Amino acid sequence: MNVPEDLKYTVEHEWIRLEGNRATIGITDYAQDQLGDVVFVDLPAVGQEVQAGGNLAVVESVKSVSDVYAPLSGRVVAVNELLKDAPETLNQDPYGQGWIAVLELTQPDEVQGLLDAAAYIQHLSGA
Amino acid sequence: MDGKTQSPPAIPHRPEPLIFERGAPGRRALDLPAPDGPLPELDRLVPASLRREAPPALPEVSEPEVVRHYTRLSQRNFSVDTGFYPLGSCTMKYNPKVHEEFVSLPGFSRLHPYQPAETVQGALRLMWELEQWLCEISGLHRATFQPAAGAHGELTGLMLIKAYHAAHAQPGAPPRDEILIPDSAHGTNPASASMAGYRVVEIPSDARGGMDLDVLRRSVGPRTAGLMLTNPNTLGLYDENILEIAALVHEAGGLLYYDGANANAILGISRPGDMGFDIVHFNLHKTFSTPHGGGGPGAGPIVVTEKLAPFLPVPLVEKEGDRFRLVYDRPQSIGQVRAFYGHFGVLVRAYAYILAMGPEGLRQVSEDAVLNANYLLSRLREHFAVPYDRPCMHEFVVSAAPWRRLGVRGLDIAKRLLDYGFHPPTVSFPLVVEEALMVEPTETETLETLDAFADAVAAIRQEAETDPDLLREAPHRTVVRRLDEAGAARRPNLCWPLAGGELTP
Repeated sequence: MNVPEDLKYTVEHEWIRLEGNRATIGITDYAQDQLGDVVFVDLPAVGQEVQAGGNLAVVESVKSVSDVYAPLSGRVVAVNELLKDAPETLNQDPYGQGWIAVLELTQPDEVQGLLDAAAYIQHLSGA
Repeated sequence: MDGKTQSPPAIPHRPEPLIFERGAPGRRALDLPAPDGPLPELDRLVPASLRREAPPALPEVSEPEVVRHYTRLSQRNFSVDTGFYPLGSCTMKYNPKVHEEFVSLPGFSRLHPYQPAETVQGALRLMWELEQWLCEISGLHRATFQPAAGAHGELTGLMLIKAYHAAHAQPGAPPRDEILIPDSAHGTNPASASMAGYRVVEIPSDARGGMDLDVLRRSVGPRTAGLMLTNPNTLGLYDENILEIAALVHEAGGLLYYDGANANAILGISRPGDMGFDIVHFNLHKTFSTPHGGGGPGAGPIVVTEKLAPFLPVPLVEKEGDRFRLVYDRPQSIGQVRAFYGHFGVLVRAYAYILAMGPEGLRQVSEDAVLNANYLLSRLREHFAVPYDRPCMHEFVVSAAPWRRLGVRGLDIAKRLLDYGFHPPTVSFPLVVEEALMVEPTETETLETLDAFADAVAAIRQEAETDPDLLREAPHRTVVRRLDEAGAARRPNLCWPLAGGELTP
């Protein structure tokens, strides 16, 4: 299972790429594999404020409908419009073209609570 | 046929055209004679503003064309009348045909909902007695038949919870706006709670597949409106802590809702009311052997405790002496959740089933359902991982995760079972089990059928070892092969082209 070293993670199988005060959010390779073929992604609105632990997006696959939680608090500054027409991108390239949203962080300290790659791999092996 | 597996009937693999693609201009199924006298002016019957300008593009077909088209389609259905249907959580038990005789009696089939109560005493008596029986089976007080299905019963039950708390609200107290739901629940539970305006708090399962009591203790509080629980749960396991769960929720001021999807395991053995539940829905189309779903009429009556009865939808049937009447004057009622009295024809079938079974028979239904499930689990366990391994109730969940090393997933096993003439079990649910297969044989199946199914799974296991592509590309013997489910959901094509090339919805 692919778990890039340079990203942060949550136990809910989201990944976070930190760049200054911004965080790009997606779901992990493990998550997309568990979900199966993704058929629809309900994206947040740009400008929307989200709290850590609150709903960020909804991913619908042939198997289930799952919430994607905001791993950090912030304001949505960009969403991946590509997923509207090509939700399969989330399966094909979960860490790249399949990103979901970019947050501008309002509580940067929350970053301390995220997992690094090693901790996420450990979480997966315990799952 | 090798004697071990059932072969599906040979069906020619040609597509069935739509009824709109059949026929010819001007063709009719029947010719009506010309009217004897003059017709009233059309404008007097339907104002011009309400009339369409061109006739609708309806099929123009002969009667045999219509009959053959729909008969052919019906033969392509998989039904419990054509094969074993162990679809977990759905209780696809056989529906006795004699029920259809009863429901077609003119006293039931020719009624109009606006008839005066004096002329429909038999129908009212049937509803009143069925209500008494469901109250006895559940250990509760009163019922409504209006909800048209289980999820509709859930929504109605949540509306009752809301009405109850509104009537008992303490000044200055925080709003009771949270519904607790275990992570193994049917997806309809959180969906119904959200629809009713509640926030859903998810409670994880513990190591034995029951509700995690420590998390529950931390989660109940002054904002708890209620808890929704299926018992036995969707893992087919009875939650042994139900009395403690009920006490925790009640002490916090919340109410307990029983999702009756799995009631086929407990008839005559344990009662939700005795477990501490305040509201129960029964799926008559599961537990009480009425025809099943597919968009057709179901029934999800809910039964409640005495303290919730004032809030039930109107009307209720009341008995006075030996007469029955419909009562609408119930000032605390949440109103109606469906026209009239629900699907009356479904109620007649459930009434016939309960009357035929009797108390001892209903208990045997559940005992046989549990026995069949445990037998099938014992025959299948060697091929799968068994999470939360303990005796199951009327259904069980196994994990096909061990098949992953062969490149085979639960869905592939399900599709291959179709080639062996079986309806697949529920797959990918509950979500807490990886590659879940949820099997519910029901009480109506014979030992031979259960063995044939287990033999088919064993044969498929062999195929997975030697030729996994056979599974990944299955089914091979059905009218349509593996469907592109992802493509159908991503790019649904809901139109068909008319002869002129124009697209019509």
